[in-house]
Amino acid sequence: MTFSKKLIGAAGALGSLLATTPVWAADMVKAPTAEQMATMVNKGDTSWMLVSSVLVLMMSVPGLALFYGGLVRTKNMLSVLMQVFMIVAVTGLIWCCWGYSIAFTSGGDNHFFGGLSKAFLMGVDGTTLAATFSNNVYLPELVFVVFQMTFAMITPALIVGAFAERVKFSSLIVFVVAWSTIVYYPIAHMVWYWAGPDFLPDAPTDYGYLWGMGALDFAGGTVVHINAGIAGLVGCLMIGKRVGFPKEPMAPHSLTMTMIGASLLWVGWFGFNAGSNLEANGVTAVAFVNTMVATCAAAVSWALIEQFTHGKASMLGAASGAVAGLVAITPASGFAAPMTAIALGFVVSPVCYFFVTKVKSMFGYDDSLDVFGIHCVGGIIGALGTAIVADPALGGQGFFDYTVFPAGIGAYDMGGQFLVQVKAVVITLLWSGIGSAVLYFIIDKTMGLRPSAEDEQQGLDITSHGERAYNM
Amino acid sequence: MKLVMAIIKPFKLDDVREALSALGVAGMTVTEVKGFGRQKGQTEIYRGAEYSTNMVPKIKIEVVCDDDLAPRVVEAAQQAANSGAIGDGKIFVLDVGQAVRIRTGETGETAL
Repeated sequence: MTFSKKLIGAAGALGSLLATTPVWAADMVKAPTAEQMATMVNKGDTSWMLVSSVLVLMMSVPGLALFYGGLVRTKNMLSVLMQVFMIVAVTGLIWCCWGYSIAFTSGGDNHFFGGLSKAFLMGVDGTTLAATFSNNVYLPELVFVVFQMTFAMITPALIVGAFAERVKFSSLIVFVVAWSTIVYYPIAHMVWYWAGPDFLPDAPTDYGYLWGMGALDFAGGTVVHINAGIAGLVGCLMIGKRVGFPKEPMAPHSLTMTMIGASLLWVGWFGFNAGSNLEANGVTAVAFVNTMVATCAAAVSWALIEQFTHGKASMLGAASGAVAGLVAITPASGFAAPMTAIALGFVVSPVCYFFVTKVKSMFGYDDSLDVFGIHCVGGIIGALGTAIVADPALGGQGFFDYTVFPAGIGAYDMGGQFLVQVKAVVITLLWSGIGSAVLYFIIDKTMGLRPSAEDEQQGLDITSHGERAYNM
Repeated sequence: MKLVMAIIKPFKLDDVREALSALGVAGMTVTEVKGFGRQKGQTEIYRGAEYSTNMVPKIKIEVVCDDDLAPRVVEAAQQAANSGAIGDGKIFVLDVGQAVRIRTGETGETAL
C-alpha cells in the first residue's frame, strides 16, 4: 500500500489534541502498516475533501473564466472562456498520466521532482491511502489525487489573463502541457511533497526541496500564485502588446460577469484554502475564517484607496481587491489568526493597486488582466507575510516539527522564517520565470504564439473558434 | 407634413411621450443614440486605465405630423425635455415629402 502527501506544518488542532488527550498520543502508531492505516480513515475528512475538490474546480470553471471573460472585449469573450475550459480538461488528463507521480512520489536523493512510479495512476486505487498533517490520520489516495488535480488545473489557467486577446489557441495548449510538466509539477513537489507525519521521523530527508528548507505555504502562494503570476509576466513580455495597446480603448465588456466570477472564486477558495488542511478539524476552521476575513479586508482597502484617489469606488476595484486578498491569505491561511489575516488583507490591496495602476504604465507592459500585478505581487506579499502572521506570539499557529513522533510544535523564529520565505519566493520566481521563457521561446519559433494582426483585430472568437459570444 | 426629431436625455423620454400624446400625436419612433455637443463626456477608469468617453448616451424621438401641429409638438417636447442643465439636447424640424401606411396603401396626412 502506498501513501503520499503534501504540505508543511499545519497542525494547531493536533497541538491542542496532544495537550488534552495525552493518552491517545501515547497510543499512536509510528509507521503504521497498511492494515493499521485502513482503520485511520475518517468519513468526515473524506467528505470534506471531496467537496473541497469540487469547490476548487468551480474556481476555474466558471469562476476564473467569467472573472477574466468579463474583462476582455466582446470579440474575445469566448476565446478566454475556451482557453480556461480546455486548460482544465487537458491538465486533468496529464495529471493522471504523469503529473501526480512527478509531484507526489519520492525523488529519492533528488528533492526537485518525483519519479514515475505512479504514472498513469499505477498502483493507486480505492484502497490506497495518502497521509494528512496529523499522525495516524489518512485519506483515500484518490481523494488526494483529485483534490490536487484541481490545483494543477487552475494554476496554468491563471496565466492566460496576462496575454488575453492575443494568443494562438493551439500553441497555448501545448505551452500548458509543457509548463505543467517542467514548472508546476516540480514546484508542487518541492513545496508539498514529504513522507508524512508517521514516516518522516524514520526517513528525515524524504521531502521536496522547499519543504525541507522549512518554507511555509499552506495552500499554494508560491506553487500557484507566484508561479502562475511570473509565467504570465514573462508571457506578456515575450508575446508582446495587443494591437492598438495602449491607444485604443480596451474597456472590459461586462463587469457583471467579472463580479460573478470574482464571487465564485471567493466561494470556491474555501475549498482551496480550508481544504488544504486535508482534514476537517480546528485548523480547517482557522483557514476558513482567515480566508473569509482577509478577503473582506482587501476588498474594503481597495475600495477605500479608490474612494480617496478618484472619489469613486469601483466594482472592478472591489473585485480586484477581493482576489488580491484571497491570493495573499492563501499561503498564510492555516497559520494566521483572524485579526492578523485582516491586517494582511488590508496591506495587500495598496501594493497590488500600485502595481496595476502605476508600475504597469511606468514600464508599459501589457499584462492585460493583471495576472502579475495581482497574483504574483499578491502571492509574494502573502508568502512573506506568512512568516509574520504564523508567529505564535501574534496568535499564529507556529511551526510544526514533524521530525519527531508524534509531531509537536517547534520553536518559531520569525526572522529566520522570513529569510526562508524570501528564498522560496526567489526560487519559485527563477524556476518558473526561466522555465516559462524557454518554453515560450521554443513554441514561438516552432508553432508561433500569436495569431495574425488581422485575426487579432477581428477578434479571436470568430478567427480561432468560429463562433460569437453574443448573437443579439 | 413635418418630421420633428428630438434628441433628449434618456430619463426625459416618458415626460416627452406624455406631453406629445396629450397633443394627439398618435405614434413615434424612439432610438437609443450616442453623440456629443456642448456637454462633456465622462471618464471611465478600469484599474487605473483611463478612457474618456466623449459620446454621451441620448434618446432620439422622431414624430411625423401635419404642418399645423408641428409648432405645438416642438413646443411641448422642448418644455417636457427641459431640465435647465447643459446636455438637454436639440430639436430639428424637417419637411417630409410623402408618407404611406403600409397596410392600406393610404398616403399623405391620412397615413399618419
